[in-house]
Amino acid sequence: MTSKICYKTYKINCMKLRLFKITILILSLGLIVGSCSKKLDLAPINDVTSEVVYATPLGYKQSLAKIYGTMALTGNAGGSGQADVFFPGSDEGQNSDFFRTFWKAQELTTDEAVIAWGDPGVPDFHNMSWSPSNLFLHGVYYKALYQITLVNEFLRQSTDDKLAQRSITGASADEIRKYRPEVRFLRAFQYWVLMDLFGNPPFVTEESLIGGANPPQIQRADLFKYVVKELTEIESLMPAAKSNEYGRADQAAVWSLLARVYLNAGVYTSGAENKFTDAATFAKRVIDAGYGLVPNYQHLMRADNNIANNEFIWTINYDGARTQGFGGTTFLVHASIGGNMNAADFGVDNGWGGLRTTSAFVNKFSDPSGNSDKRAQFFTNGQTLEIQSIPTFSNGFGITKFRNLTKTGGAGSNLTFVDIDMPVFRLPEMYLTYAEAILRGGVGDINLARTYINNLRQRSYGNASGNVTVIDITLGFILDERSRELYWEGHRRTDLVRFDRFVESTYLWPWKGGVASGTAVSAHRKIFPIPSADINANRNLIQNPQY
Amino acid sequence: MRKKLLFFKSLCVFLILICGAGAAFAQTTVTGKVMDANGEPVPGITVTVKGTKTATPTNTDGSYSIKTASGARALVFSGVGFITQEVSIGTGINYDVVLTASAGDLNEVVVIGYGSARKKDLIGATTTVSSKDFQKGAIATPEQLILGKVAGVSIVNNGGAPGAGSTIRIRGGSSLAASNDPLIIIDGVQLSGGGIAGSPNALSLINPNDIETFTVLKDAAATAIYGSRATNGVIIITTKKGKSGSPKINFNTNASVGSIARKIDVLSADQFRDFVTANGTPQQIALLGTATTDWQDEIYQRALGTDNNISVSGTLNGKVKLPYRVSVGYFAQEGTLKTSDLKRFSGAVNLSPSFFNEHLKVDLNLRGSNSQSRFADEGAIGAAVNFDPTKPVRTGFNRYGGYWEWLDPNATNGLRGLSPNNPVSSLMARNNTSNVDRSIGNVVLDYKFHFLPELRVNVNTGYDLAKGTGDVVVNDSFKTSYRRGFDELGRLKGGERNFYKQRIENTYFETYLNYTKSLKSIQSVIDLTGGYGYYNNLTINNSYANYFFDGSKQINSDPPFTVDSPQNRLISYYGQLQYRFKEKYLFNGMVRTDGSSRLNPDNRWLTYYSAGFAWRISQENFLKNSGTISDLKLRVSYGITGQQDGIGNYSYLANYGISNQTAQYQLGNQFFNMYRPIAYNPTLTWEQTATSNIGLDFGFFNNRITGSIDAYLKETKDLLNDVNQSAGTNFAPIILSNVGNMENKGIEFTMNTQIVRTKDWTVDFGYNVTYNRNRITKLTFSEDPNYEGQRFGGRSGGTGGSILINSVGYNRGAFYVYKQVYDAAGKPIDNLFEDLNRDGVINDRDKYRYKSANADVFLGFNGNVGYKNWNFGFIARAVLGNYAYNNVASGTGATRNILNPLGFLSNGSTNVLESGFKGDGDRYFDSDYYVQNASFFRMDNINIGYDFGKVFKDKASMRFNFNVQNAFVITKYNGADPEVNGGIDNNFYPRPRTFIAGLNLDF
Repeated sequence: MTSKICYKTYKINCMKLRLFKITILILSLGLIVGSCSKKLDLAPINDVTSEVVYATPLGYKQSLAKIYGTMALTGNAGGSGQADVFFPGSDEGQNSDFFRTFWKAQELTTDEAVIAWGDPGVPDFHNMSWSPSNLFLHGVYYKALYQITLVNEFLRQSTDDKLAQRSITGASADEIRKYRPEVRFLRAFQYWVLMDLFGNPPFVTEESLIGGANPPQIQRADLFKYVVKELTEIESLMPAAKSNEYGRADQAAVWSLLARVYLNAGVYTSGAENKFTDAATFAKRVIDAGYGLVPNYQHLMRADNNIANNEFIWTINYDGARTQGFGGTTFLVHASIGGNMNAADFGVDNGWGGLRTTSAFVNKFSDPSGNSDKRAQFFTNGQTLEIQSIPTFSNGFGITKFRNLTKTGGAGSNLTFVDIDMPVFRLPEMYLTYAEAILRGGVGDINLARTYINNLRQRSYGNASGNVTVIDITLGFILDERSRELYWEGHRRTDLVRFDRFVESTYLWPWKGGVASGTAVSAHRKIFPIPSADINANRNLIQNPQY
Repeated sequence: MRKKLLFFKSLCVFLILICGAGAAFAQTTVTGKVMDANGEPVPGITVTVKGTKTATPTNTDGSYSIKTASGARALVFSGVGFITQEVSIGTGINYDVVLTASAGDLNEVVVIGYGSARKKDLIGATTTVSSKDFQKGAIATPEQLILGKVAGVSIVNNGGAPGAGSTIRIRGGSSLAASNDPLIIIDGVQLSGGGIAGSPNALSLINPNDIETFTVLKDAAATAIYGSRATNGVIIITTKKGKSGSPKINFNTNASVGSIARKIDVLSADQFRDFVTANGTPQQIALLGTATTDWQDEIYQRALGTDNNISVSGTLNGKVKLPYRVSVGYFAQEGTLKTSDLKRFSGAVNLSPSFFNEHLKVDLNLRGSNSQSRFADEGAIGAAVNFDPTKPVRTGFNRYGGYWEWLDPNATNGLRGLSPNNPVSSLMARNNTSNVDRSIGNVVLDYKFHFLPELRVNVNTGYDLAKGTGDVVVNDSFKTSYRRGFDELGRLKGGERNFYKQRIENTYFETYLNYTKSLKSIQSVIDLTGGYGYYNNLTINNSYANYFFDGSKQINSDPPFTVDSPQNRLISYYGQLQYRFKEKYLFNGMVRTDGSSRLNPDNRWLTYYSAGFAWRISQENFLKNSGTISDLKLRVSYGITGQQDGIGNYSYLANYGISNQTAQYQLGNQFFNMYRPIAYNPTLTWEQTATSNIGLDFGFFNNRITGSIDAYLKETKDLLNDVNQSAGTNFAPIILSNVGNMENKGIEFTMNTQIVRTKDWTVDFGYNVTYNRNRITKLTFSEDPNYEGQRFGGRSGGTGGSILINSVGYNRGAFYVYKQVYDAAGKPIDNLFEDLNRDGVINDRDKYRYKSANADVFLGFNGNVGYKNWNFGFIARAVLGNYAYNNVASGTGATRNILNPLGFLSNGSTNVLESGFKGDGDRYFDSDYYVQNASFFRMDNINIGYDFGKVFKDKASMRFNFNVQNAFVITKYNGADPEVNGGIDNNFYPRPRTFIAGLNLDF
């Protein structure tokens, strides 16, 4: 009403008043509006920044736990649900567990194992027809590089500068500094995996930043040098053998890896390097560090194998209640059960009817009954020795090495997820490495090697009846003995490659190369292809020949 | 009033009676009532005696009374918004008329971005569908109302579950990994894209019966005002408001019965026995049973439903005029899959009073709903395909709920490992119920300044709140959950009794100033708007431990955090100028700046703009008086829109997440929850789409034929896409990045015709067609011809494998497959594929890109025929050029699936008889044999209605209708339903065919 009167009577003043009103209006709207930009800074309430994680020594330990834990778990949720590494169309438990995918690459490709399943990519292993898009190869490759990426991040976050910035000093800071060589060991281990399986992987260190440029490709021989250099550098920084917490690496783990890498140096460097003396040296260093054999071989892979065990050098730790995943030893137990096997005898709820072995492996034992050599743990009831059809579970003997029961037969903590810890290194590998290195020309004591081997055989036979003499110890014997001792622990492919029996016609096993009687395959299959996803993403990578 | 009318009518009757034949010579008074298609009275319609100047308007209740001279043959009814109708008159004196709203009415007001406009002033590509044209029937969810009605809009419902949502694509969508969903706005409230726990679909919480219009904004001139959220188009929903006059009550009710339209073809029990006997090992043959069970018959049911709504609307005439509308509804629908259902109670209030002489208009909307769902275990759909048909449903024993299951006496729980579950048992074991409350409310204040009426300030603020809770109870004696794990006391327990809860609290505040001035001297109208918007989206997720059926807590199941509250905010500033010259030349220009909390502060803000021009050619002198062309308008526009939906709330931050209680790692004697760095991308920014549009709106013969044709080009850059990271460079192998370009181009044509208009007959026909072509033009930072593309689209069958690929030069989501080799008889040869790169080996590099799930052509048809009180209508769609991967056939239709080594048998698709595939290896899964043409024609709706007119002593009018929804489908596709979102057909909840009978009453 007032404005109307105003309009008529005081036109000029009114115009001013209107302008004034409009100005006030716009200014007040501007005030409401202008103060809002800060409101766009939001942060999550549960996920935390690196500054929060690394503010306390406990945070560092929990990050260390992740670096170790990613070998046992597929992600941050037990079972599945928050995968570390995931590809569309893949299955978290099958395709992104480190040990399960590593195991498939190392064992299903050999005489030691076949699997009934037809899941895409699975039959390709035993058929030796894998392709660059094989999702299991994706799994082991990405999981290895994921762990390396975690290590690199940890190394960036744990420098002296960062510790000082975060006011972590004294004993806490010293403790965290000890983690650094340990995670470098884990990185070296995964580079060994990549070197052994894929040959020429991309190469990243703590210098490579997150979201940074495509990493360069490293050649296998250069990677060999790098792994040796890293391990040599950290050797003196690591805790003494057997002095670290259970599940964590120590000097003996470094020596074990060095021994393994040196033993295969010829493979990794195309014959350029001969490191058998070094292999023997480091194997012996482990042996002399005070390890001893578990009295009963059949107790090695049990739910409580973390207790009273002086044989394991470094393990991947599983726990049915708290470390749950569908890979690792959970896979090995369930997948081995089928046919007439009783799941309860293995401490789990059911079998997945998958894994068996070939007659080639069974025949490594002169007496497969297990009555003499207790390492022969075959399930034969309803099973045939020979395999007519890999998909048929009853074809081929089952293997009963892994049981989710305690040494006294007690239950594990869960019927689905098993408690069995997986040794990455255990003493017998060092015994056999020492012997083989000497046979291949390394400097060492063959009589001592014989003693070591007889230690193993006395344990398995329960007496001296299986003992061997120096003359018995040939390279062929070593290869077979490694198989008898270490079968299904993820060594076989590496061994066969080193003995030139992986792709060659010198050694055939049932269904090698997809043929019932076995066939040689192209030599390019001694290494796996770099996964197609990374070939596509990283233009620095050149695919391995013939893939 | 009513009494008066009655008196009047009686008088007429009396006069006729005493005048008899003589009446022909005298003047007669004709009376009647004019109503719209919904039975609402229409005031203000001009009733003219044909050939004379005698005319009268209809009253507020739609009634009229007019004197006709002798010899008068017809009355003409005309008025704004309706098609002029001629009614022949004879000796009668009462003619009630139902007018049809004119589709092409140019003065119709359309709600657009931040305001409204007359249809004739629109510059953007905009289509409005109002309630009279909606799909009819048992409609659970609003978007289904405009199915097949709008060119360029594809709506595919996500299956037959009650209340299931739909995938809506406007002009094909413009993104890869980010959202392709349009922005949906209800009465000014912008809905967030996300769903709510416990609800099949956020939109299903809104009662479709309350909706008045849908307006679809398609080009940048129309959408850019919504800036960052408008890249995929905008759908503006307005709800029904209070009408003037005394209270009107509308009641409608319907009852429906639905059943699945087509089953999946699987081996019958006899076929299965024959197959196993012929191909199986003795052990496998021994597993055969003697029963004959059709598992699909066992899991599906005839589903009943009902929808009931009552509304009251009118205006309270007190000191302030208060138009109001209040409605309540009850909807209940069973699912065709046993144990699924949905019940929804809804209520809405709208008040739209004006104050200070219409200077302040207030619009208050408040709607609430409560829905209660029970979700079936949809795994049963796949299990019904797979489960051995020679086994009975029940065993007669109590074990495992009394259902037949595959057993293994050696297993701890007695069950065969990895065997499928009895489909009926898995349905009956699970009771998954939810309760979701949702409320959407807002108040809009629109104030015209007293001192400067050309200037308006508009404030719009409101909320969208939802709370979903649910229980999942699984009986512990059924197979699915028998003896699952240990409780905290180490006891072996089974089943589930779990609880979930989520809340969504979205709030917003918008304000704008608008200045509209008509400058008569230069024949111009200026319309200037400047505004601000603030949108806060907050979700609160509660996490709980897991419990067994008996209530004991599962060991180590405590979540690391009991509450999480992801949140994001958007802030926008915008300005818009519209200019009309001589009411013929229309221009608009728009600028908007958006900021998002999801992005790094360095690249958080982006400015969008658009410009449009329209020319109303029909207003030019050379067409102004054309009898043929009643409307002709040319529209041209260009503009940029953006999007950030699909970006995680905090994905630019380097954060760490902690592992849960069952993902701890043992170091020493202690177990540690692990801290994991989360993959992040600090360089993420807006995805931007530039849209060019040229269109022509036309109307012929007094707008009895109306329509439009549009051609568009949408170019998206900085595509938000899941990109493979070089291994070792981030904490995930695939992360969202801005890489690549894509384009959609297409043509849309819409035509609506009113073919026949006579006293007894009306015939309308509408037709729309859309052609859309999608191409990815770039996927890497630098040009890289060797880049294969990004694989996605996980298919089932074994584990692992993806069937789709995004590659440069191809349609989004092309199938990436091997080329099957066929024998002379046309039968596929097992495991024989073409060596496309001729390198002598069949491997991954022999895959090729074949077709896509995206259709080339969409057609919509609707027709309506009225004869006296009868009404017949249909709505149909056709989609051409879309392909689907028949994952049911590939996943189950191989010998290896039926006869596996695991100690049980599985049924499979009858496709196994046709292909004869053994199922060796993994390549056959990726054969192009399984990629099938899924073009189809679907009769979405057929309806027949009868109008009883006045009933209950003239107190009400009543209509009855009968509908068939999803009446039939014509397709060559072999699977159960060709309309598959995403192109992978697997375990799809079948869409029911539904028969509905409904009754509508107006008081």
